[in-house]
Amino acid sequence: MAATNATTEAAAGQSKFPPFQSEYYPSQLVWLVLTFVLLYALMARLALPRIGAILAERSKRIADDIAAAQRLKERSDAAHAAYEKALGDARARAQGIANATREQQAAAAEETNKRLEAKLHERLAAAEQSIAATRAAAMGNVGTIAAEGAAAIVERLIGKAPAAAALGKAGKS
Amino acid sequence: MHIDPIEQFQIKNLVPLVNIGGHQIAFTNSAAYMLIIVVLVSALLIGTTARRAVVPGRLQSITELSYEFMATTLRNATGTEGMKFFPFVFTLFMFVLFSNLIGLIPYSFTVTSQLIVTVILALLVFFIVVIYGFWKNGWRWVLLFVPKGVPVYFLPMIVPIEVLSFLTRPVSHSVRLFANMLAGHITLQVFAAFIIMLAGYGVLGWFGAVLPFFMVVILFALELLVAVVQAYVFAILTCIYLNDAIHPGH
Repeated sequence: MAATNATTEAAAGQSKFPPFQSEYYPSQLVWLVLTFVLLYALMARLALPRIGAILAERSKRIADDIAAAQRLKERSDAAHAAYEKALGDARARAQGIANATREQQAAAAEETNKRLEAKLHERLAAAEQSIAATRAAAMGNVGTIAAEGAAAIVERLIGKAPAAAALGKAGKS
Repeated sequence: MHIDPIEQFQIKNLVPLVNIGGHQIAFTNSAAYMLIIVVLVSALLIGTTARRAVVPGRLQSITELSYEFMATTLRNATGTEGMKFFPFVFTLFMFVLFSNLIGLIPYSFTVTSQLIVTVILALLVFFIVVIYGFWKNGWRWVLLFVPKGVPVYFLPMIVPIEVLSFLTRPVSHSVRLFANMLAGHITLQVFAAFIIMLAGYGVLGWFGAVLPFFMVVILFALELLVAVVQAYVFAILTCIYLNDAIHPGH
């Protein structure tokens, strides 16, 4: 190592501290400018736009996916709400139908009752009527029977049948 | 056995190229390492993004992290107007970072341990700030040296200080990186030399050599940290200086 050091120092012609050996400055400057400009060009033209595009693409993809998920969630929410609404409607309708049917049946039953009642009343009235008629007829016959009875009693008592007109008058009083 | 801790910074002309006005331009070991930096940085940033994977692999993640890290740093320092300097700041950061890291490989050469390199980079930043500052803001840019809220009678004292601190920026900017690299590598080399020197003293020396060996291991870890931190410091100072060109008002 000492040997190489000696040769380089001999080549440099002096033993100054290397960072201050100004005879190498032009080479350093030229190569630094060349390599730095090259690296800058590669970064600015190729690497950085590409990395930026990758990052933009990724954030766009994530944003898109989140938006899509949001959209799907909204749709599923809407579907769920529609389902709930349909279920509620159906339930209400079933309730309505049940109520209507119940009312209808109740009405029909009442009507039947009324009709039967009316028919019964009718029959009752007819029966009462016929009873009244029979009774009236019977009552009519009672007068005749009483007159006949009375005539027979009178005939037995006085030996002579009363006048029919007198009998009729007595029977009516 | 003598080991020169300075020898690692020696530039060697590998291929002499041209001679312009008495100045020799040659392909040196330093130039070779600059090319290695360009190749490695490009290989990492361009090679790992070739597939443009939406779900990144490990190497692509490194690339993307470095990109987003520098982009965030620059945006925080300069706002969105400063993003036009992003390729420049990013190139600077990667160049310095890879130079520092490659320099830690034994027997390699550290480009940023050369004062001229860090000076050129710092002056590049300095002139970009001055030229862009004037181009963007016109003469109002010199208001950068007039802090707001300072009483007028203090200005004759404050303004020269501000100007001086602005002018010394390239010095501190370049020397900080250069000195860190230089000192770290010298320290590593000195402790590594102790190992070999002690080992030369027989069996007892072998046991003695264990101590500097552990020192080298610890120092190497420290130097790894320094390499990354100094690259970051160089880049963030560049961001801060660029902000002065874009927004001269304090």
